[in-house]
Amino acid sequence: MFEMVVSAFLVGGVICVLGQLLMDLTKPSFTPAHVLVTFVTGGAILGALGWYRPLVDIGGAGATIPLSGFGYILAKGAIEGVSQRGFIGAFSGGVEAAAVGIAAAVLFGYLVSVTFNPKG
Amino acid sequence: MPGQNLRPPTIAVTPQDYQDLTKKLTPKPTIVRNSFWAFMVGGAICALGQVIINLFAAAGLGRQEASTAATASMILLGALLTGIGVYDEIGKYAGAGSIVPVTGFANSIVAPALEFKREGYVLGVGARLFTVAGPVLVFGISTSIVVGMVYYLWH
Repeated sequence: MFEMVVSAFLVGGVICVLGQLLMDLTKPSFTPAHVLVTFVTGGAILGALGWYRPLVDIGGAGATIPLSGFGYILAKGAIEGVSQRGFIGAFSGGVEAAAVGIAAAVLFGYLVSVTFNPKG
Repeated sequence: MPGQNLRPPTIAVTPQDYQDLTKKLTPKPTIVRNSFWAFMVGGAICALGQVIINLFAAAGLGRQEASTAATASMILLGALLTGIGVYDEIGKYAGAGSIVPVTGFANSIVAPALEFKREGYVLGVGARLFTVAGPVLVFGISTSIVVGMVYYLWH
């Protein structure tokens, strides 16, 4: 139950520090939204180059839980889609691979927003 | 002799120099402190994610499925903690440690939707869910399509 938990902590922690430095060393106009977009895009590019996979092997959730892991899944899916279905797979593969995450975010996000009320 | 060393030290800087120096030195401890908390909280969230992966794996899911299911669970957790107002409290200290993990993505979906709830379930909640998720999907999906196309041309 606790295998890879320490390496997940370390890898995930380091990835989050990169995000923190990105915020602290840039202009205040670089918002959390920009951080998330940078991480998903960066994860997809690193995934395409084959550089993100080793992080996932070492860090497990430390690499898949940060949003760069979402980008990695998208790129990995697009590549698998192309190798299975050719050109059309470039369009279907990424979204298919990330479908659970996208669907969960939409459904849970909507349900929680409808159920709870804003504070204050 | 007692008292001899009590003379105030001579400072060879003007007040202007001193202000410049202060300005230059102040942000550094903040960056270190922010990074420390980003590391601790971000690491802890990922460690929790790993425990959930391990639980799903123990329940018989394959490696890939366990990871996917854990990500979905963390999205639910992040959404719920945002709903009860806890996640934004964590975010005050954790900075990127609470933004970068997928729980922060869930937070970025629920927070604006809650805020604009009174504008209705369609243009309030429905539209605002995508305030940040929209750009993330646009850049993420577009990048993946480009990656797929490049891979297609390459092979």
